[in-house]
Amino acid sequence: MTVVDNIENVLELDHVESHLHPEPSYDVATHPVPTGMEEIWRFTPLKRLRGLLEGAPSDAHLTWEQQLPEGVTLSEISTEQAQALAVSAPLDRLGALAAANAGGAMLLDVPADLVVDEPIRLTLRGNGASETVWGHVVIRVGLHAKATVLVDHVGSAAYDAFTQVVVSDGAQLDLVTVNDWDDDAVHTEQVNIRVGRDATVRAFEFTLGGDLVRTSTNVDYAGPGGSADLLGVYFADAGQHIEHRLFADHTAPRTRSNVLYKGALQGKGAHTVWIGNVLIRKVAEGIETFEQNDNLVLTDGARADSVPNLEIETGDIAGAGHASTTGRFDDQHLFYLQSRGIPEDEARRLVVHGFFNDIIRRIGIPDVQERLVTAVEHELADV
Amino acid sequence: MATLEIKNLHVSVAASDDDGGSDGAKEILRGVNLTIKSGEVHAIMGPNGSGKSTLAYSIAGHPKYDVTDGEVLLDGQNVLELSVDERARAGLFLAMQYPVEVPGVSVANFLRTAKTAIDGEAPKLRTWIKDVNAALERVTLDPAFAQRSVNEGFSGGEKKRHEIAQLELLNPKFAVLDETDSGLDIDALKVVSDGVNRYSAQGDRGVLLITHYTRILRYIQPDFVHVFVAGRLAETGGRELADELEASGYDKYVKAAAV
Ligand SMILES: Nc1ncnc2c1ncn2[C@@H]1O[C@H](COP(=O)(O)OP(=O)(O)OP(=O)(O)O)[C@@H](O)[C@H]1O
Ligand SMILES: [Mg+2]
Repeated sequence: MTVVDNIENVLELDHVESHLHPEPSYDVATHPVPTGMEEIWRFTPLKRLRGLLEGAPSDAHLTWEQQLPEGVTLSEISTEQAQALAVSAPLDRLGALAAANAGGAMLLDVPADLVVDEPIRLTLRGNGASETVWGHVVIRVGLHAKATVLVDHVGSAAYDAFTQVVVSDGAQLDLVTVNDWDDDAVHTEQVNIRVGRDATVRAFEFTLGGDLVRTSTNVDYAGPGGSADLLGVYFADAGQHIEHRLFADHTAPRTRSNVLYKGALQGKGAHTVWIGNVLIRKVAEGIETFEQNDNLVLTDGARADSVPNLEIETGDIAGAGHASTTGRFDDQHLFYLQSRGIPEDEARRLVVHGFFNDIIRRIGIPDVQERLVTAVEHELADV
Repeated sequence: MATLEIKNLHVSVAASDDDGGSDGAKEILRGVNLTIKSGEVHAIMGPNGSGKSTLAYSIAGHPKYDVTDGEVLLDGQNVLELSVDERARAGLFLAMQYPVEVPGVSVANFLRTAKTAIDGEAPKLRTWIKDVNAALERVTLDPAFAQRSVNEGFSGGEKKRHEIAQLELLNPKFAVLDETDSGLDIDALKVVSDGVNRYSAQGDRGVLLITHYTRILRYIQPDFVHVFVAGRLAETGGRELADELEASGYDKYVKAAAV
């Protein structure tokens, strides 16, 4: 695998009218109906969204199960209350539709100063592919609080969600999202994260199942010193469309973003899309950003799109860069392992595990780590 | 008692990086004949680009090299018909000139998987961990290396020492060591030589030591020294041949091969 691009190629100085300047709004009407030609829609097979873009109302819900450690609460709030939170409004039509149609939001609240060691677990189960579900989720981590939140998507639905994540000043959040849908699920989601002053967030995203999954994770910063790691693993099989869009909007000085997504693809028509957008605003001096996407194409007929965009409006940055690799198995890796007696299929498995392990080992929830390793193993059994 | 016979080995590579057509195959090995018996240490010495690594890789089965003629027989079985991993399981080992980094695969996991494949059964957990730690320590690698990704971020010398640790743990019938001595400081050279000597002292193991310099031959006593030039053996002798090469270099052989 080779690094196919470098920072010089993506400096888009003096060029403000890009898709990196969306207008946040809760008003659905302000977000044009996509034709499929737009920069932000061009990779998405709109026909497979099962009418989500039409925005027909629905009362269906995912079934929630939760494990809440002492002090953590889950409650319903109104759409207006959710809108009043200090988090960016939806940046595209799907996000706005979810907020408008969900009829209220589920608020997960970790109060100020609370440090919870045990993970907060939310399982969101879809009850059938024929159900359209609008979701609005709010995760709020109070001042100096610390928590790990697991959001586990299982079952099936046509699910469009808008999720707001408030990481207050000095707080630390590990947000682990698992998209382990049945084969016929459609899942679109916009996750807007606001990182407080000196706050730290690590957002993990694992996408394994579903017919179509399109998530946009947008991070901005309420003050200096905030840090965001956006880490993802995806495994696309035949016919699956998996699209992860990341946007680090450096709105404050001395902030940090680090994006690392790794994907494997196998089977005819497996399609993955990774968009890594970074905007460094004029005020955002002394920031650091790095984004990377690596794809392992295991069979013919699979396609990985990988598009980094870096836009810089200030001259004073501590570091910025990106890398993108897409390749097949590295023959050298396989040769080395095989030369030690390891059979080829086992060598492949080791290499794929190794490829993903870099991210999986960082999750602080051992059973989720194990589950993902097993899931990868399971996927590979079909190669 | 095992025998590794290389007979009339011809090997080409697809000369892909030439600006001419990619169809050109370039012949690198031009009829190599060599027999190694267990208990013997053979040193192959030759100038840069003479095809030493090509010989090593071809024996191991690297897909880049195309064997156009000849055989490599391990106790009569033509290993050229075996896959890379089958050759290793048959008892061949290659310590590489440039060991490969395999990100995300820990040394511990790698060694256990390799040992299991070669023995046909998983090693006993308790003794195995001890064995691994001891093997690493013998080549002066901290046991913490077991938790690192295979060769990733290892220094050149650490990579070579890791190859020798593998040699000791996997204990093949024949070991081909491709410039395991290059890039080592004198202390590391001794550590590596000690490892090879321990392996070879078992008595029933064969060593093909490929090297560019005579330096390592102060620590490892070869039974045979071969001069390798332009894709084949140009001369065979004993230890004294290494001394002669030390004094006069490869010139004589290179000139003779060019005629
Ligand atoms: N893909 C290739 N295309 C063209 N020539 C190649 C290719 N691969 C190897 N060669 C050539 O084959 C020859 C033998 O290479 P090899 O690595 O076997 O030499 P060596 O004796 O091990 O050298 P060194 O002492 O530098 O390790 C060299 O001239 C090399 O440039
Ligand atoms: Mg060489």
